Amino acid sequence: MAERSFTCQVEALRLGAGAEFRGEGIHAVTKALLQSGVAYVGGYQGSPVSHLMDVLADAQPLLEELGVYFEPSTSEATAAAMLAASIHYPLRGAVTWKSTVGTNVASDALANLASAGVTGGVLLVLGEDYGEGSSIMQERTHAFAMKSQMWLLDPRPTLPAIVRAVEQGFELSEASHTPVLLMLRVRACHVYGRFIASANRPPPLTARAALAAPAHDPRRIILPPATFDQEQAKIRERLPAAQRFIVERGLNETCPGTVPHIGIILQGGLHNSVLRALELLGCADAFGHSAVPMHVLNVTWPLVADEIRRFCAGRRAVLVVEEGQPEFIEQALCRVLSGMECPPQLVGKGPLPAAGEYTTEILRAGIREFLHSHAPELLAGAGALPAASTLAPEQRERLAALVPARPSGLCTGCPERPLFAALKLLQRERGPLHISADIGCHSFATLPPFSLGASIMGYGLGTASAAAFGGAGPGRTVAVMGDGGFWHNGLTSGIGNSVFNRHDVLTIIVDNNYSAATGGQDLPSSRHAAPQRDANHPIAAAVRGVGVRWIRRADPYDISATLATLRTALTASQRGPKVIVAAGECQLSRQRRVRPQFERARASRQRVVRARFGVDPDLCTGDRSCVRLSGCPALTVREPDDPLRTDPVTTVTDDCVGCGVCGEIAHAAVLCPSFYQLGVVHNPTRYERWLARVRGALIGVLQRRSVRRRRRRDV
Amino acid sequence: MMSQRTIRLTIAALGGQGGGVLSDWLVATAESAGYFVQSTSVPGVAQRTGATIYYLEFCPRAAAGAAGCEPVMALMPVAGDVDCVAAAELVEAGRMMLRGLVSPDRTTLLASSHRDYTIAERSAPGRGPSDSGALLAIARTRARRLIAFDMAAIAARHGSVISAALFGAIGGSGVLPFDRRQFEDAIRASGLSVAGNLAAFAEAWALAAAGTVAEGSATAGGRAPAPPVESVPAALRERLGALPAELQSVATAGICRLLDYQDPAYAALYLDRLERILPLARRHGSGSLALAGVVARQLALWMSYQDTIRVAELKTSLARFARLRREVRAEPAQVLRVTDFLRPRVTDLADTLPAAAGERLLRMPRLVRWLARATGGHRVRTDTVTGFLLLRGIAALRCWRRGTRRFREENARIESWLARIGQIAPRNHALAVEVALLQRLVCGYGDTQENGWRHYSALLAAADELAGRTDGAVRMRRLFEAAFGAASDAALERELRGLASAGGPPAA
Repeated sequence: MAERSFTCQVEALRLGAGAEFRGEGIHAVTKALLQSGVAYVGGYQGSPVSHLMDVLADAQPLLEELGVYFEPSTSEATAAAMLAASIHYPLRGAVTWKSTVGTNVASDALANLASAGVTGGVLLVLGEDYGEGSSIMQERTHAFAMKSQMWLLDPRPTLPAIVRAVEQGFELSEASHTPVLLMLRVRACHVYGRFIASANRPPPLTARAALAAPAHDPRRIILPPATFDQEQAKIRERLPAAQRFIVERGLNETCPGTVPHIGIILQGGLHNSVLRALELLGCADAFGHSAVPMHVLNVTWPLVADEIRRFCAGRRAVLVVEEGQPEFIEQALCRVLSGMECPPQLVGKGPLPAAGEYTTEILRAGIREFLHSHAPELLAGAGALPAASTLAPEQRERLAALVPARPSGLCTGCPERPLFAALKLLQRERGPLHISADIGCHSFATLPPFSLGASIMGYGLGTASAAAFGGAGPGRTVAVMGDGGFWHNGLTSGIGNSVFNRHDVLTIIVDNNYSAATGGQDLPSSRHAAPQRDANHPIAAAVRGVGVRWIRRADPYDISATLATLRTALTASQRGPKVIVAAGECQLSRQRRVRPQFERARASRQRVVRARFGVDPDLCTGDRSCVRLSGCPALTVREPDDPLRTDPVTTVTDDCVGCGVCGEIAHAAVLCPSFYQLGVVHNPTRYERWLARVRGALIGVLQRRSVRRRRRRDV
Repeated sequence: MMSQRTIRLTIAALGGQGGGVLSDWLVATAESAGYFVQSTSVPGVAQRTGATIYYLEFCPRAAAGAAGCEPVMALMPVAGDVDCVAAAELVEAGRMMLRGLVSPDRTTLLASSHRDYTIAERSAPGRGPSDSGALLAIARTRARRLIAFDMAAIAARHGSVISAALFGAIGGSGVLPFDRRQFEDAIRASGLSVAGNLAAFAEAWALAAAGTVAEGSATAGGRAPAPPVESVPAALRERLGALPAELQSVATAGICRLLDYQDPAYAALYLDRLERILPLARRHGSGSLALAGVVARQLALWMSYQDTIRVAELKTSLARFARLRREVRAEPAQVLRVTDFLRPRVTDLADTLPAAAGERLLRMPRLVRWLARATGGHRVRTDTVTGFLLLRGIAALRCWRRGTRRFREENARIESWLARIGQIAPRNHALAVEVALLQRLVCGYGDTQENGWRHYSALLAAADELAGRTDGAVRMRRLFEAAFGAASDAALERELRGLASAGGPPAA
């Protein structure tokens, strides 16, 4: 069950021909897949393409009506391998994931698919997680397209262009028997816009129907000598076919402009930013009319030499706007232009930076420099930024000191917080440990206040990345892995490997019931999974199955017990890999499930108890040891009421979900007596009300007596 | 080529604050008003409590009709080119200024003036939160127009969310050419908590329309003023009156604190001690009584050290019970259960015994080990009669306090602290003030406090050497900062080593 419900988006998937679709870019892609007669869809969730998977997961009835098969794959490699269905059969297939990390995982299957070639159209919808908002290392998908000879679409970031790219992508794939990659940057996935829908098309052949005539063709198998023929076919047949299709169907766009001697060649995905930069330089209007001619590459691989030469003919200088590194397009263009009689001067990285996201500010500066050298007359009307709009250095410094960074962290009540608090306490006892971190919400434990973890090598690779220390002896290394990473590959790459090689590593598997970091999608071990999945398979059973003998379960909210289990794991005389499954449901998902139940019960006058924690302000001395051990967003500081205290005191905000970790930490770490838990009993029973009255009366008498006594004394 | 310009709006929020909902409302409003609108965002992992940014552009359909095509809108804001920045928290408004998105010639800045502290502000001991006043002062100079008030408080008042208040502020500020009805319809159409959201929207609209700039924060507590002089018993009032004017309020607070803590005699001891330091401060302070002021405050805090008796007393006080009900806004018909998390250690037990008995106990390792097992973490239901009486019983030991092991220890420490201040003040007055402030290190309970005591002792040892140097006070400050609440001693050891190796300029 995903974090969000997508009922409205599912409704939009049903829109018929001529109706206006309104929504985010990634939802438009989902609709476009159905309009293209896709037969099967798979993929792995991750920003910025999670919603494609989430919407389809919620759209099961519609998919059944159309005869489209959908599955959330357990890894990108699985999703890529699924595309094998399109090698022999005329089935259109689509998969999606976060790139380049997912493409790395999928590469094995993808390279083989690209070599074998496809019969049915294959489209890979890749969320290019690059620049602001990205959570991965900064690389380009472009390299994958080049090395395997797959075609790469990078459409203009508006919904009609994105939808067209999906539809034409399938056709291009079929025309050239090649998988097509559609890359969408983070903002393009989330851009809200409109397009005129067409009717959904049921696939002409469904996956089930294709099995009526099972295929075999040795020329499509990845074994020599077929592989040598396949390589030749890529270059001799598929590439020219793709280039023909690109030109005939006008996939790339040219905007003529008004000045003949210069031009810009750009990736389609940067179109809006380049236009805004030109608008700010006085060279374009708000409606896309630019004085500078532009050639928009909605297909960035392969390039079509003739088309580019035609655009460049007669120009003195051309600017290439290509985001990221290495500058593959610029290098390729150099070769294309060298064949021209009088080629224009090619400018790219230089005025534009060699690495990093191309923000509109950067583009404006780069284009200004280009125009300044090659068409200064265009800059006459350029509005320079008023001097006052930039911050003076000393003001910037003063402001920077007032604006602390706000890194992501674990949510209020997250079960991973007490786990990492216990790990921190363990280090306090035993000294620093080498901790191999992994990908997931638990990656945030590498940030303050926990600062636990030496490396992150990839999804599910926490245990594998401790392999070199496998022989270092017991109690030396700890690896962290999430349930998402575990099912993605960690069971084999990490746990299986550590058994096989007799490692003395402790793996902590964070079992929070969902693929939480990507939006709470189901996993094989999920305990509240959608009915069409066979879930609820315990991680411990899988771990036992690959040969681990030392397995413990920990309830992370019981910090003292978790700490004891961790201690035992590191001191046990038994050799071999050890696994602790720390099981606690993702609090974000849990609250979504539990809160409505609570409200319903309260409204129907049932007895319910709401728990929350607090800090006694007169007892808190402001040392903040608790914050450093927990970092809970609901545990914050405020000015003390006390007229004598100068240091801020700790306080618990109303966001507290009553998980109890503050109290547990206060106990386990021998912190302080300031914490208390309040249980507010809604609709108490009559006995309970009577008891509370009696207690209150007795306690009140004693309290008032002591106040009176003191008052008499202090006259 | 200048023509129609789109309206450009940026929203800065924290993950989970509802920036996406606000963005959706703005889209719905614009579309119902006949505008083209585009919105986008970079949520990513920032959804998990990090800073997020949303960006929207608006263009009238009529203008597009005139141009013959739809506008091409950007997907990210450009410094110096944003018409309105709406920030759901004050430091996030600061972050937008830092990115250059707020410019004096163009930008209306709408900010909630409340603070949601970052992990750095929350976890570094001694560090206060960023100065909201300073941020607002910069915002005044950076924005063409500034509107700031506590939207978190508005949201809380109406059981709504901060995005509803921000939506009202955007509407009320007039930066978007839409009717109030169109805004409100967007809230109604979304169908969730409509009444509360509309109420928050309306309150924020009114404040924004009036151009309100109000500092204030829902999370900041109001520091209570020092108690009135009348609360000091007549016997002590004369001595209090004899103190210099600038010490009056802090000494009054100190006296009242110690009366509450122990008895009038103890408060008198406080005055004795203060009067001992006062002449030193007068003689060496070159006209300033800063030393006396610091001692008056820190001495009162130290003398009211929080032992088991004090903890039990505060946990069972009448004022606390009333505060707890207020805190959760418990209605009379609801029952409140209070569970306190107490974890007395064997030393705490020994501390509460008469000094000799406490010492003897700690010299019996087998008994200590046995007790350590017995005194684990306890959850005490303070709202029950047994739980209350248990704590009240401990609180009643107050009359014995002067005989306890802890009292002897703290008393000796306080005397030696005062003596050191007395020795250092004539040689290096500024350093004496820093030494007086070292009391802050001895805070917290259990291990935290022991750690603090270790640091305090190390720094006090360094004070002798520093007394001979003109930069002694500055050095001591740096040592203090290295020691205060640090997770490891690394920084402090580095500073101490630096002290040993570098000879400073001698005092004049």
